Amino acid sequence: MMAAAPAVATRPAQRLSRVLQPTVVVYLALVLLLIAGSILVGVRGGVLLDQGGILNILTRSTALGLVAIGQTMVILTGKLDLSVAYLIGLCSLIGAETMAGDPGMIVPAVLLTLACAAGVGLVNGLVITKLKVNAFIATLGTALVIRGYLESAYSGPAGEVPRAFQHLGYARIGPIPVSALLMVALAALAWWYLMRTKGGYHVYAVGGDEEVARFSGIRTDRTIIKVHVLCAVAAGLAGLFLASRLGSGAPWVGVDAGYDLESIAAVVLGGTLLAGGRGGVAGTIGGVLILATLDTIFDDLGVTPFFKDVVRGAVLIIAVALYARRRGVLR
Amino acid sequence: MVVTGLTDEAPLVRMRGIGKQFLGNAVLRDVDLDLRPGEVHALVGENGAGKSTLMKILAGVHRPDAGSVELGGSEVAFGSPREAQAAGISIVHQEFNLLGDRTVAENVYLGREPVRRGQVDRRRMEADTAELLDGLGERGISPRTPVRRLAVAQRQVVEIVKALSTDARVLAMDEPTAALADHEVELLYGLVKRLRERGIAILYVSHRLREVFDLSQRITVLKDGELVTSKATAELTPDQLVRHMVGRPLDALFPDRAAEPETGAVRLAVRGGGNARLAGIDLELRAGEIVGLAGLQGAGRSAVARAICGVDPFTTGTLELDGRPVTIGSPRAAIRHGIAFVTEDRKGDGLALRQSVRDNALLVRRAAFGRARGLGALDLAALLRSVTLVARGPDQEVRYLSGGNQQKVVLAKWLAVEPHVLVVDEPTRGIDVGAKKAVYDLLRGLARGGVAILMISSELPELIGMSDRVLVMHEGRLAGELPAGPSEEAVMTLATGHATVEAA
Repeated sequence: MMAAAPAVATRPAQRLSRVLQPTVVVYLALVLLLIAGSILVGVRGGVLLDQGGILNILTRSTALGLVAIGQTMVILTGKLDLSVAYLIGLCSLIGAETMAGDPGMIVPAVLLTLACAAGVGLVNGLVITKLKVNAFIATLGTALVIRGYLESAYSGPAGEVPRAFQHLGYARIGPIPVSALLMVALAALAWWYLMRTKGGYHVYAVGGDEEVARFSGIRTDRTIIKVHVLCAVAAGLAGLFLASRLGSGAPWVGVDAGYDLESIAAVVLGGTLLAGGRGGVAGTIGGVLILATLDTIFDDLGVTPFFKDVVRGAVLIIAVALYARRRGVLR
Repeated sequence: MVVTGLTDEAPLVRMRGIGKQFLGNAVLRDVDLDLRPGEVHALVGENGAGKSTLMKILAGVHRPDAGSVELGGSEVAFGSPREAQAAGISIVHQEFNLLGDRTVAENVYLGREPVRRGQVDRRRMEADTAELLDGLGERGISPRTPVRRLAVAQRQVVEIVKALSTDARVLAMDEPTAALADHEVELLYGLVKRLRERGIAILYVSHRLREVFDLSQRITVLKDGELVTSKATAELTPDQLVRHMVGRPLDALFPDRAAEPETGAVRLAVRGGGNARLAGIDLELRAGEIVGLAGLQGAGRSAVARAICGVDPFTTGTLELDGRPVTIGSPRAAIRHGIAFVTEDRKGDGLALRQSVRDNALLVRRAAFGRARGLGALDLAALLRSVTLVARGPDQEVRYLSGGNQQKVVLAKWLAVEPHVLVVDEPTRGIDVGAKKAVYDLLRGLARGGVAILMISSELPELIGMSDRVLVMHEGRLAGELPAGPSEEAVMTLATGHATVEAA
């Protein structure tokens, strides 16, 4: 009960800081960006949010969103996963080659792909917790191993997904792609896990302070391994989605889009602390949508890729600087 | 049942003949301790007397090498803090084990969240936390507030609620007021009283005599790991207690003090210095003298050193060097003004452990003065000889040296810049007697050479034996100044805030 003496901050100050929650800021920024983008594109005689525009933004958001959901969980524990980009390529190949154009193989291929992805995540988690290798290095190592395999085994796209599976990538309800809905459903699931379950609480605890979590009886190793497996599975889903879009598996599909750093950028833009312990999936999806909207606006305006990257970089730095300003300090 | 101050009730906890060694050093020898329900039992002693170790044995952090622990009449042997917790013994740490970004309720039930139908039962968690807070009369804290928004005293309450939520019958509190402001201490008093009324047995570890006498019903004094006395608080006076805590023979380790003519002009003067942790600091350091800075842990001794040396600078007041006002805003500024700082944490702040003796010894000189505008040629070999370093050579990595020799490298590093003012914080911590003697001789030699030295040490005999004057701190202020060779009682009396009369 909030009684006579308020904790520390006064009521209005608390309300203000609630408005300044990164999650709220992110969605406000998204709305402002959509308005500004619509005006800019409108001046050039185009329309940003027509059916094609919406479709474009959501399609761009799907693969990145899937990876970023997984990355959010890893970053919330204070770790990083740099292996997702190569893992996406690997998973697109496993999926497409297992299907080999046969609709009957869709289910086994999906299961096999996700199992392989989970295996990679398990290795990451074990290396980090049992061998005590810093997550940055551990997942970078995994990334290099996968790259080596891809480089020696593949020179280009391989495998073939059946037409039925391609529907996953292209089917839509009005302007909304079905795959984007699936991505949002996964985000909702992740949100529920993080906010409502014991396991999710422990993810925040481990990221907040691993020692405190351990002294409180939390099995921190298990939590860290779990988030790496979940992150790898999310990357596997992204690989399958991209395979369905492309019609085949492509070794460099994840790397070319830079999903490793891009997903980290989306998570951080969404207000999750890189050091862990604070943030969440809702913000991440906002971050993903902002990055996708920026890309769509730039495409509509036809700006040079260089300028595009400058703006994206600036947005990221400004966002994190803003969040850092309102960061409270314990002890 | 009415719980009165002192009862003959059977103790809830009975520790008998407890002994503990670390690396061959006996830190506890044959110590007995009884805790009764509804009683606050204060455990006092100087730094290193073994208080924390005894408390950690009770809480299952350490296992005793000798002796037995009984809880409610049956012998127990805890393998971990969790086992002790399950048996009803909780510890409230000096440093908080809380997550700033999580709410009060989430912290209280951290790792033990109640689950209902696969989900954390947030409502129950918050209701239970509110009930516990209510039971302690803490109505100002909402279970939904993130801990980071709470004041330090409120975080302490959360720690206590966390302990109580495990149905603790025994609560060990380690320096619970160390982080609290004066007005917050009052809140803790009320809290401890309510805990007593509930029949909880409290082990209260504190340096502050006033609290010990205000709160406890029984006092146990430890010294050098041994039980000195255990008495009802009413049977002791503060003076008697101080005498029990100190009073061991001074070693003949210390070099002769400075003779009167050897101390010269004022090298460093602080007037009205203050910052977040300090207030109203007035002090002078003269060429050729060693000034001791005494005080209990957390009294602000290191804060003074850090302020003078620009690590956490003074925000108010003035600082003069050789009569000229200067501003020291960073360690670099301090070094360039000839102030050297041998930090308390040798391995963390003092040395690059994987680098060579040479690189470490020259680190400050190279960093602060550069190659071109150096201080003239430096004879490294002579420098290392002057600190009586024993090493295989200047190329040996520092991490392979003994603690004493590491400390000599730290001293060499600062001597290489020929300081006028030397601040040493716990210069002999964790080094053996021989190396201590070398450090003492070195410091006295530097003073003879005209350096003004400020020395901090938790070991009173050392501080008293070395200092030409002793300044005593209490809660961020200078509580008084004592001339050369004061008694330990005099220092402790000032340091515990028992008397704030100027003794000089």
